[in-house]
Amino acid sequence: MSLPIDFIVLALVVICGIVAISVKDLMAAAIVFSAYSFLMCLSWAVMGAVDVAFTEATVGAGVSTVFCVAAVFHSTRRTKD
Amino acid sequence: MEQIFTAMGAKYNYVAYIILMMVGLYAMIVKSNLVKKIIGMSIFQTSIILFYVSTAYKTGKTIPIVPYDAHAAVQAADFINPLPHVLMLTAIVVSVATLGVALALAMKIYRQYGTLEEDDIHEDLRSEEGKS
Repeated sequence: MSLPIDFIVLALVVICGIVAISVKDLMAAAIVFSAYSFLMCLSWAVMGAVDVAFTEATVGAGVSTVFCVAAVFHSTRRTKD
Repeated sequence: MEQIFTAMGAKYNYVAYIILMMVGLYAMIVKSNLVKKIIGMSIFQTSIILFYVSTAYKTGKTIPIVPYDAHAAVQAADFINPLPHVLMLTAIVVSVATLGVALALAMKIYRQYGTLEEDDIHEDLRSEEGKS
């Protein structure tokens, strides 16, 4: 049987979301969160929301990753949970 | 597996939306690191956007762009509903703005207290209160 592509993308989105909050390194959390945003953007392109997909790819995945990485560089990478 | 898909129809978007919302809420409440809390807030916001974009979807219809050489009358029922998309464009921009402000405040807190862990900051605040 073949799985529908939106189901696969949504499963990857959920996995990336859980990994992003459970990983023990803040830089890794920022990068996995970037992957989460890109997969979310792919899911919106699949659902036909092309304008939302453009905005998410530039603003959500691009700028918010830069913000997260800059914040981690200016503070610390260590976390307890 | 096949029966699960037929039972849910195309409704697994809503299941994923609820799961992502609870993941974000869990991160905001339970995690003690401030950057983890902010990432949880962002996951929560994207789950709401996922819900709205899922409501706009119609099976078998095309994206909401009118073709250049459309001679016949354009039927709105042949296109995916673009109104929730436009609302969610604003929500994405607002979510990036809140993320930037929250991370700036977290960096300011790190400069003041030397840590990003919430329980350490609370301990610091309590010992300062005891001194004065």
